[in-house]
Amino acid sequence: MSAPPTATDAATGAAAGAGPDRDGGRAGLPVRLLRHTAGRYRRRAPGQPRAVGYLYVLPALALYAVFLLVPLGQTVWLSLLHWDGLTAATWAGTDNYRALLTDPSLRAPFLHALSLLVFYAALPVALGLMLAAALSRFRVRGMTFFRTVLFLPQVLAMVVVGVAWRSILAPDGLLNDTLRAVGLGSLTRSWLGDYTWALPAVGTIGTWVETGLCVVLFLAGVQRIPRELYEAVRIDGAGPLREFFAVTLPALRAETAVALTLTIVAGLRNFDLIYITTSGGPGNATSVPAYEVYHRAFETNEVGSAAAMGVGLTVLIFALTVSVARLVEGRSEGRSR
Amino acid sequence: MRSARVTGTDSGTSPRRPHSRHRRRTVPLALAAAGMLLAAACVPGTDGSGAAGAGVPGAGATAKPDPSKAGKATLTVWDQEVRGGQNDELERLNAEFEKKYPNIRIKRVARSFSDLKTTLKLAISGNRPPDVIQANQGYPDMVAFVQAGLLTPLDDYAGLYAWNTRYPSTLLNLNRVSADGRDFGTGRLYGISQTGEYIGVYYNEDVLEKAGVKPPGTWGELTDALPEIKDEGELPVQFGNLDKYPAIHTFGVLQNQAGGAEEARESVFGRGKGFDNEPTREAARTLADWKKKGYIPEGANGTGYDDAAKKFADGEGAFLITGTWQLPDLKKSMGDKLGFMPPPPAERGAEPVTTGGQGLAWSVTSKSRHPQVAAAYLDFITSRHAADVMTEEGVLPAVPGSASREVPEGSVDEQMVEGWEQLNAADGLVPYLDYTTPDFYDSLSADLQGVVNGSLSPDELSSKMQRSYTAFQDKKNSQEKKRAEGKPKP
Repeated sequence: MSAPPTATDAATGAAAGAGPDRDGGRAGLPVRLLRHTAGRYRRRAPGQPRAVGYLYVLPALALYAVFLLVPLGQTVWLSLLHWDGLTAATWAGTDNYRALLTDPSLRAPFLHALSLLVFYAALPVALGLMLAAALSRFRVRGMTFFRTVLFLPQVLAMVVVGVAWRSILAPDGLLNDTLRAVGLGSLTRSWLGDYTWALPAVGTIGTWVETGLCVVLFLAGVQRIPRELYEAVRIDGAGPLREFFAVTLPALRAETAVALTLTIVAGLRNFDLIYITTSGGPGNATSVPAYEVYHRAFETNEVGSAAAMGVGLTVLIFALTVSVARLVEGRSEGRSR
Repeated sequence: MRSARVTGTDSGTSPRRPHSRHRRRTVPLALAAAGMLLAAACVPGTDGSGAAGAGVPGAGATAKPDPSKAGKATLTVWDQEVRGGQNDELERLNAEFEKKYPNIRIKRVARSFSDLKTTLKLAISGNRPPDVIQANQGYPDMVAFVQAGLLTPLDDYAGLYAWNTRYPSTLLNLNRVSADGRDFGTGRLYGISQTGEYIGVYYNEDVLEKAGVKPPGTWGELTDALPEIKDEGELPVQFGNLDKYPAIHTFGVLQNQAGGAEEARESVFGRGKGFDNEPTREAARTLADWKKKGYIPEGANGTGYDDAAKKFADGEGAFLITGTWQLPDLKKSMGDKLGFMPPPPAERGAEPVTTGGQGLAWSVTSKSRHPQVAAAYLDFITSRHAADVMTEEGVLPAVPGSASREVPEGSVDEQMVEGWEQLNAADGLVPYLDYTTPDFYDSLSADLQGVVNGSLSPDELSSKMQRSYTAFQDKKNSQEKKRAEGKPKP
């Protein structure tokens, strides 16, 4: 952990050519070291990058390393082994990763997770944008109340959300009862037990949870847009649609990127909802990587495979968030707002 | 494994080239990365007690241990008996044990079944594991623990305490693992269970009466009653399979009734021909048929197990096929309306057969510092007296004691205990099918949802089960072969 600062210090010290030791070796080592360092910095122009900067980062870096980098390294290491969690592990090389790409039962969770992103990220962001645009055009009484209600799912523990929705989606739950009451009894089904509908049903819960977050984010963004822009575009004769695409959407670019990043991450690491509602069923129709990691590591003693899956999930999340940052937020173009 | 370690170290100590500017900047990063890998790069599983069969303290026991001579000792016990009657029963027994041996203190750590399952592995592979644990039977838990040398064989204690005669061998075998940690259901004894459990048929007397049906005496009477109940506008069999596992129990009962009990039992222990047989297909057909005819609810795959039990208690459904563990709760809400029996045999008065077994095994860890006290504790909580305490708390003891004779005549508890004794006398217990292979639970529970749904045909189910079975047997055999070849000649 302390490797980066010391190594760099020593290196720069060597490059700068340590000054002559005036005390001729009489002072203790710490004093000499301090003088040496101080002397080096006096010769530097202020504002120039300094090695001492690493020192400020050190506490945070140490925490980061202990709780994130080391576990990550451990996971990568485990993913290269066959290990049941108890007996001596054997070297697996890339076996676990190859299985990840070739075994349909390991690939399926990733496909499910990607289709869940439609419900977890695409829909909430689209709904959020629509609601924010509409709400920005009209003055709504009790706005704070609606904002709170929309944001509420974010505050609730996912376990609570899962339990509540499990009973709503049950064969004689609220949803089916409502459908029957309005004469749509033919549409009723056991939503979480249906091979076709279980994944969309779980996805809908995600949409419900994430939309509030998006709306609140976008509403905050909309308030920042100068009124003049709207006036100008209206004077130019634009309708509500044109106004949305010409002013609101571009102005909310940063917010959209944040919302997408948050919802994509939430969607991909979705564990609790699946655990509570379907445990990956019916069959394996709703198994997702995060659930499989838990399942393999703790229930079927396939720690290596679970670790590989975890690394795969990390890479996927990383890739998606980076592309969101590049494509939506436009960071690669060097723009900063 | 070895090669990995070498490369890991190499990348940390190789720079011999002169430091270039580029190099200088990457050195800290490389060092950090190497340090990270090194920190992580110990081969997991090699620091523990080592190979299978390590540490056999139980082997030295020649006389009944006397905990009162063990000096001051603390016995750490990890169990999952957190539910009503089971928790009460165990707390009473623990208090009695401490009273009997004032020098022993019991430190109990009680967690729910799934919490225990996820934390136990880490706890017992550490350097100071609990002394007594509850291990789940089957390959993923108990067999894996034995393979890793983490449990003490209890055969000597079984002799000293006469557990071999206290328990029917069917039950004792479920807690056996072969010495090499390969087979399950045979070999050394690694645990002993407190409670018994089996899948039976609950019925609602009110609903049956309304449909003009008597509690069935044979399996044929039960299946004949289903259409009659349906015609009355009542649900014949309550069933909720959202949690995936309940279908394994129902399917097991159907398979036994179709004549597959013996073969299934052999196959679970890896000694049979597998599941490519007629009873397996017939059981799947029956299950699918029940769904098609509406004998089980339309939304079975979408209803939770507990929800289904609650609905049954509320009068929805004539029958409920599930385990004895539901009895205390159902009795509480249904009272006299509730009836219970082992699945009725094909002919009246014939010997019953059903899926069942016993509660989790109580085992002693191999690193326990008080194995003798632990063994005495195991004996105490499974003794005749303990059985009476369990009966008083509404729990079915693996070996019913004298208190079971005193349960009220004609009560549902009596039906349960009687059924258990008949099953044991007739050797009619078939172990849970999911013990068969490490991933059988996953595949079978998922596939049975398909059978209920109608998307997986009985033939497909049977061949999938067979494939999983043979694949695992082949793997075991090839490992065995490798081990035999790799052994140095004496």
